[in-house]
Amino acid sequence: MNNKNSNWVKLTLITCGITYVALVIFIPAVNVFYQAFKGGLGNFFNYLLTEECLLAVQLTVLIALIVVPINTIFGLCAAWVIARHKFPGRTMLVSILDLPFSVSPVVAGLMMVLLYGRHGWLGGVLEAINFKVIFALPGMILVTAFVTMPFVAREVIPVLEEVGSDQEEAAKTLGANEWETFLRVTLPNIRWGLLYGVILTNARAMGEFGAVSVVSGNIIRKTQTLSLFVEASYKQYEPQAAFAAAVLLACLGFVTLLIKEVVEHSTQRT
Amino acid sequence: MRSQIFNRKSHTQSNTKSFFPKISLPWGITIGYLTIMLLLPISALLLRVSLVGASEFWEIATSPIALSAYDVTFVTALFTALINGVFGTLVAWILVRYDFPFKRLIDSIIDLPFALPTAVAGLTLANVYSENGWIGSLLAPSGIKIAFSRLGVVIAMLFISLPFVVRALQPVLQEMESDIEEAAWSLGASKFQTFWRVILPPLFPALLTGITLGFSRSVGEYGSIAIVSSNIPFKDLIASVLIFQKLEQYDYAGATVIGTVLLLISLSILLTINLLQAWGRRYQ
Repeated sequence: MNNKNSNWVKLTLITCGITYVALVIFIPAVNVFYQAFKGGLGNFFNYLLTEECLLAVQLTVLIALIVVPINTIFGLCAAWVIARHKFPGRTMLVSILDLPFSVSPVVAGLMMVLLYGRHGWLGGVLEAINFKVIFALPGMILVTAFVTMPFVAREVIPVLEEVGSDQEEAAKTLGANEWETFLRVTLPNIRWGLLYGVILTNARAMGEFGAVSVVSGNIIRKTQTLSLFVEASYKQYEPQAAFAAAVLLACLGFVTLLIKEVVEHSTQRT
Repeated sequence: MRSQIFNRKSHTQSNTKSFFPKISLPWGITIGYLTIMLLLPISALLLRVSLVGASEFWEIATSPIALSAYDVTFVTALFTALINGVFGTLVAWILVRYDFPFKRLIDSIIDLPFALPTAVAGLTLANVYSENGWIGSLLAPSGIKIAFSRLGVVIAMLFISLPFVVRALQPVLQEMESDIEEAAWSLGASKFQTFWRVILPPLFPALLTGITLGFSRSVGEYGSIAIVSSNIPFKDLIASVLIFQKLEQYDYAGATVIGTVLLLISLSILLTINLLQAWGRRYQ
């Protein structure tokens, strides 16, 4: 083998690969922080501590606080149903569960408008009881729940399948009830997969843009989430405000990646 | 069998009997939640589209503006998925086979498009690739405009679909042993032959899955593209943005028709991915 020649190939391949990742991912990621902090730290906080931005943060956190627990419970149930049972239509159920990932978020928002909007199927009923869903918080919660639905189940199903049900059955024969079995046997086994699923659900719930944008109406101070605030500021030629808020969301992304690394590390060890 | 054990338990233990009726709680939650959150909205869309007559459906679905939006969406998504097929393979290869500084950092940053909110991705891509941005300003003198043109759509789609190819290939490459390549080498195969005949065939199912997943993600992407493109019809308007614009104009019939077309295409891509993955598993 010609060693010198193969070294040269190796070097070229590495350079090409790194350049590509830099152009597509790394430079844009660094740019978020550069643009946000180039006016100095004081400037950054000035943009961040405006009333509009703080209210957007509040709303974003509120939506995640409602959606993440609901989808975690659903995800656990769905994962248990799918991983622990064989029934006709199981493959179809898995595909249906994946649907929110492959549907454009705008289509998800559109569905909710057609269902709960003023001219939607339930619009009349909702108007009669004076309950506003579209262009209000309930609609934003519904679409966020829709687009983040599969994450927990997706992460938990493979873990449940790998662990198998022997331990759970042993616990049951030893007299543990369903709830005890779940808390003491199943949950410790799936904790890392579950954690990663919850983290992904949270990241998407806080960062969702398209679907929320359709149903929110983007009313400043009322239905503007952080993602919507970023876009609105940018469109109003206030890039500084947009990048300040973007840093918060980018940090959310980086923390998510960090936890993923930790989870992968922990599962490799055990 | 397992459910039999389960049922017997709940019959014998009277205290859990009321808590776990015939349909157990997890089953109830799963089916109930999916029905309300997923099937109900989809039915709302399909019911609405059934109100639009067949001829009107066809007219809206094949209107020039819609056709151009499909073209921008699907052709660009396919094009970027193929580019990422090449560069994603390259990145996966160097991450698995070679050692170099900051390898771990690059390996983790590949996942960033999964985790970075899409509005932030759009914002920073529009900035970096604009005429005054870090990369855009280098290309501006030669007359290449990336942000706010169809190339902006390309760069956003490259960003969001890159991890799919890399992550699909890495495990397969890790399992592939370099012995086979060396055997091919020592038997006199050229570099090109080794790559084409020995390395690529076992990678192919995973590569195809990665490309299709990336394609599917690009087709469904809205946020980053809406920000990085100028959203001008017949130029760089994607189907998702077209639906959004129709909704803003209260053109529900138009939004519903294009939405249904997009939904049906997404479903067929999903089906293809499932088939591809089943095919890939046969090779493992």
